Amino acid sequence: MLPYIVKRFLFMIPTLIAISIVVFIVINLPPGDFVDRLVAQAKSSGEVVSPQEEASMRTVYGLNDPLPVQYFRWISGIVLRGDFGTSFRWKLPVNTLIWERLGLTFVLSISSLLFIWMVAIPVGVYSAVRQYSPGDYTFTFLAFLGVAVPDFLIALILMYIAFKYFGQTVGGLFSPNYVTAPWSLSRVLDLFSHLWIPMLVLGLAGTAGLIRTLRANLLDELRRPYVTTARAKGLPELWLLIKYPLRHALNPFVSGLNDVFVNLVSGATIVSVVLSLQTTGPLLLEALQGQDTFLAGSAILQLSVLALLGTLFSDLLLAWLDPRIRFR
Amino acid sequence: MAETNISIPIPAAVEAPESRVVVAKQWRLIWWKFRRHRLAMIGGVVTILIYMVAIFAEFLAPFPVDTFASKYTYAPPQTLHLIDQGADGSIHLTPYVNGYKVVLDYAAGRRNFQVDPDVKYPIGFFVHGSPYKLIGIFDTDIHLLGPLNKGDPMYLLGADHLGRDMFSRTIYGTRISVTIGLIGVSLSLFFGILLGGISGYFGGWIDNLIQRLIEFLQSIPSIPLWMGLAAAIPQNVPPLQVYFYITIILSVLGWTGLARVVRGRFYALKTEDFVKAAQLDGCSTLRIIFRHMVPSFMSHIIAVVTLAIPGMILAETALSFLGIGLREPIISWGVLLQEAQNIRAISTAPWLFWPGVAVVISVLALNFLGDGLRDAADPYTA
Repeated sequence: MLPYIVKRFLFMIPTLIAISIVVFIVINLPPGDFVDRLVAQAKSSGEVVSPQEEASMRTVYGLNDPLPVQYFRWISGIVLRGDFGTSFRWKLPVNTLIWERLGLTFVLSISSLLFIWMVAIPVGVYSAVRQYSPGDYTFTFLAFLGVAVPDFLIALILMYIAFKYFGQTVGGLFSPNYVTAPWSLSRVLDLFSHLWIPMLVLGLAGTAGLIRTLRANLLDELRRPYVTTARAKGLPELWLLIKYPLRHALNPFVSGLNDVFVNLVSGATIVSVVLSLQTTGPLLLEALQGQDTFLAGSAILQLSVLALLGTLFSDLLLAWLDPRIRFR
Repeated sequence: MAETNISIPIPAAVEAPESRVVVAKQWRLIWWKFRRHRLAMIGGVVTILIYMVAIFAEFLAPFPVDTFASKYTYAPPQTLHLIDQGADGSIHLTPYVNGYKVVLDYAAGRRNFQVDPDVKYPIGFFVHGSPYKLIGIFDTDIHLLGPLNKGDPMYLLGADHLGRDMFSRTIYGTRISVTIGLIGVSLSLFFGILLGGISGYFGGWIDNLIQRLIEFLQSIPSIPLWMGLAAAIPQNVPPLQVYFYITIILSVLGWTGLARVVRGRFYALKTEDFVKAAQLDGCSTLRIIFRHMVPSFMSHIIAVVTLAIPGMILAETALSFLGIGLREPIISWGVLLQEAQNIRAISTAPWLFWPGVAVVISVLALNFLGDGLRDAADPYTA
């Protein structure tokens, strides 16, 4: 197992380098830079920025250097000092802005993943074992609906229902008095009391997809002769199900997991904008709109790393589950 | 004599369908199999209807997209009454909608609309409205539905913050939303077949390189990447150009899935007997690919493409909703949903959700259609 883990970690390095380059290029695609935007803003409010001031600002922000130089300054800061650069707009290191938000994104993604598992596995098994029963039809219908409704729309509808019928505003990850409070047990509890709505919203599409996958896989397995053999041996039905076909059916399930996690990280971005969560999403959107290069770049980079780690985790899980992958 | 009567009669009823199946062309078999999938049939019909709406948007929409009326800000939906009952109980077949009563809400500082049952605005079918060009060719001003007297309010799905008709706007939004999926998928398909084909055909290091590229692109969370790319579209480019940029952005990641399918099919078919037979027959490589291999996985490609369109529609909706995708004056369902972004707007005007309903219906229809096509794509397996 260990050589496999080491190999996987080594494989991550070129991917990370490629991602960082792609991200940097994407972030620098918009014409003009942050200083142009500042100047335009100043102009609209009647102030005049002299060309000298403009030039000196560019020097301060390091925007005069060619892009490869800017890239290497950024990436060497990250690798050597863990410094993700400075946000132009907030005049703060990206680190102070982003870490807590990234942590919350992580918590949100992981809890959505757990939610997906806890719901998709039993429901998928039920749908397969009781194929074409009313319950199966209901879940199948819900699963299709879950895939078809965009997650931000679900978030909006939930917000509407909560506001209209319960007079509450849903949104955020903390109650107002805990937003800026330091971490404590009560803040964690407050987080969990808010977390379930975005978790539900995010998890729905993934759950729907996985129910379909698991149902199809399990149906294939249930028709195999070894199931008949086990039944003939007199194994209790539930034990039989868990011991053989479910283990087989979970294989493609786990390998599909990395896609699920990438989608969760990706979907969290937009859902958190709608629900105004204190995660990376809203910060990223603002940074992109304001050409806050390093903040936006670091946010995309870190989300990609998060997705990559999720992929790695699910691959390791798969390797643990299926020896054929470890020794290939 | 007796022997002639012993010959076993072959029951015609059993043989007929079998021979029909044996001689039927592949596409016919696919159609037969597809027809049995009821949800897929429904999905197919709904999909066709949606694309008809996109083509005939001007005819189906009562008003042009930019018709506004500040008098009817956030006016609620009216019910279309087909039959008018007179005071004396007589029944007339004159469709109408009720007018509005305005109630001022001083506490909230806004005007509330109530449907006024006493005011009736007559509605007609095939009425003259604003002129347009049908399918871009024929000059006409006939609309399927509209108020008989110009200027009468008709808001079947309510009005937005400028008093524009949500019904008309959702119909016009269909055009952009469903074509962006179609064009995006075509673009993805082109790159998918090109790169997937190269990958599957040449194999070796080229295959390896392309596969690593696909894995790499799939490991990046799509929405943050799309957001980054979409934010790069300059603010001052013309709307049509934004439309094409967005399709290209969606295709950047879209081709990877299709390339995988094409490559997988290529690999699977390379070892098939009929390919070997064609090789032994002395067919050229190109002929083998296009005459023998492509037709046998074309059905799969169509199924995968159908399943890829909803993803594109959802992605465009998400980007436009965030305000970094399409922008007015281009109208897509995502652009329309931007209005529903804050809780204040949707609590006063829940009908702003209608474009969202359109998204869900079209995505469901395309998913069912694609599922059925995928099941039917390989008609030789049970």
